[in-house]
Amino acid sequence: MTRIIKYVFYDILRTRFILFYTAFLMVCTFAFFQIDGDFGKVVLSLMNIVLMAVPLVSVVFTTIHFFNSYEFIELMLAQPVNRRAVFLSEYLAVASSLCLAFVVGVGFPFVLYGAWQPISSLMITGIFLTLVFVSLAFFASVLTRDKAKAIGIALLFWFYFSLIYDGLLLWVIYSFSDYPLEKLTLTLIAFNPIDLARIIMLLQLDISALMGYTGAFYKNFFGSNLGILFSLSLLIIWVLWPILFALRIFNRKDL
Amino acid sequence: MLRLVVITVMLISCSISNATTFIVGASQKVKHIKDAIIQAQPGDTVLIQSGVYREGNLILQKSLVIKGEGYPILDGENQYEIFTIHANDVVIEGLKFRNTGIASINDLAAIKLLESSRVRILKNKFENTFFGIYLANASHVWIDGNELQAEAEAEHQIGNGIHLWKCTNITINNNTVKGHRDGIYFEFVTNSLITNNHSEGNMRYGLHFMFSHNDEYRNNTFVNNGAGVAVMYTKEVTMVNNTFVHNWGPSAYGLLLKDIRDSEINNNYFLENSVGIFMEGSSRNNIQRNKFYQNGYALKLQASCDDNIIRKNNFQQNTFDLVTNGSLVLNKIDANYWDRYEGYDLDKDKTGDVPYRPISMYGTIVERMPQAILLWRSFLVLLLDKAEKAIPVLTPENLMDTTPAMYPYDFN
Repeated sequence: MTRIIKYVFYDILRTRFILFYTAFLMVCTFAFFQIDGDFGKVVLSLMNIVLMAVPLVSVVFTTIHFFNSYEFIELMLAQPVNRRAVFLSEYLAVASSLCLAFVVGVGFPFVLYGAWQPISSLMITGIFLTLVFVSLAFFASVLTRDKAKAIGIALLFWFYFSLIYDGLLLWVIYSFSDYPLEKLTLTLIAFNPIDLARIIMLLQLDISALMGYTGAFYKNFFGSNLGILFSLSLLIIWVLWPILFALRIFNRKDL
Repeated sequence: MLRLVVITVMLISCSISNATTFIVGASQKVKHIKDAIIQAQPGDTVLIQSGVYREGNLILQKSLVIKGEGYPILDGENQYEIFTIHANDVVIEGLKFRNTGIASINDLAAIKLLESSRVRILKNKFENTFFGIYLANASHVWIDGNELQAEAEAEHQIGNGIHLWKCTNITINNNTVKGHRDGIYFEFVTNSLITNNHSEGNMRYGLHFMFSHNDEYRNNTFVNNGAGVAVMYTKEVTMVNNTFVHNWGPSAYGLLLKDIRDSEINNNYFLENSVGIFMEGSSRNNIQRNKFYQNGYALKLQASCDDNIIRKNNFQQNTFDLVTNGSLVLNKIDANYWDRYEGYDLDKDKTGDVPYRPISMYGTIVERMPQAILLWRSFLVLLLDKAEKAIPVLTPENLMDTTPAMYPYDFN
């Protein structure tokens, strides 16, 4: 399995896309530092990148990569190798290279500017979002044989979680604003990894926004150790279920 | 000139010859403060040496100077009011008060001043007192350099640090109040000055201010109070150079202005408050040259306010700069610096050429539905705000700063 991971890894590096991605993140981070010396503000600006660009790049890159290495996968499966091993190796290689790109691209400027402290939640959520959306993209890829269709489905995932879901949530809040919605919204947030990541970061960054009665409720929940444990374990579930489903489909699929 | 000197010398010698000093202490002839007060004549000094005095309620009805040496402790044994003063020209200096009684009908205080004037309360310490300094119907009182500290757990177990009712011409300078219900409480107090005080960690308000006209507060710091500072039903107050820090929580405000008229709010600093200034029913106030930094809402301007002028303030890194609850615009917002302003300045006069609308759409939504804060900083909200900026629908179209500053003002 490690050998397959290694080959996939080399393959990814050869396309150079991952290098561009790293460079892009690095340039962005440096630019934010140039514009504003305040670390808090830099992290806030980066938060938008993490919430928008990271999932998008993850889904698109993963789907394209999967279909580009379709022949490689077929070839591997012709050998006496477990399907599971091949699939998981693909996943691990893609996910780890994207995570690495993120950590280097964003982390390096921070280290250079000596800002250690505010970055931990940004790093954790960035890595988790990468993992989640790579999972979702793999799921999208095994659903169909058509590359365009798969990219479409993957983009739909991204679009749904970053925009449509929030719209629906806002609509729910708007329609039922006369009722106590705290627990309901808390539950609904759990169904969207981007929202989860956003709230984890918000609690670290501009907590003042989350004040007021309702805000205090959320803060008590998400700010507590239990809340952090809760949101992290939910994110882990978000990483696991798509890839496990995808693995199941892939195992039974007629390639 | 010679006559003046002679008169002065005579005056001084008179005062020296008449005034006696009674020394109270465990090793002295007078062992109790009570006895010293009985023996002393108006104008005398009672000097209390260090030690612990448990004498219940001390009633002072003479003009005496009561001074402590090495902070003698006056203990109320969780039962009594300590000093009740009903005399003019009293000085209380250098004492340490602790453990007054707690009562729900009587306002037991460490120092209670009733219908007195020309009193000075200087450099005392208060520990665990129900009310610290309590003034009723007093005038010309100087309260300086006192330290008040209480550790109550609930609002009903504790009174106010410095409590003033129906007073005039009071100076409160350089005091520290911690852990009381209201740090400084003013009701019907006029022509008074509150300067250089530090009010921290009080249960309710750092400063509570009602029906108190023509007062001025300067250079005070209000940190981490349950609900910040409340100023209500008052006209002509001046609030200058105060700092409001970290007053946050479900209903906390840096500064709550309710029915305030003709007042000046200048050069204050609002840092990390849930709401920097909350204004309701207030008219004709000048809010100028203040700094709003990292607040939840910098300014909540209810539609019941009119003719206020909000000029030349810095709004930086607040979650929402300005929210209101109506569409009628009766206030003047002018020449402020907004860090979210995206306009340009072609003629280089340091004011932006495009007006700035400080009310964000999402601020309005959150104002109506607090739960919606959960979506703050999401992509959706970003889009909604941008769309609203282009074509205002929800936010009042006329509420804008026509001459926004391009650079933050430097007030230092």
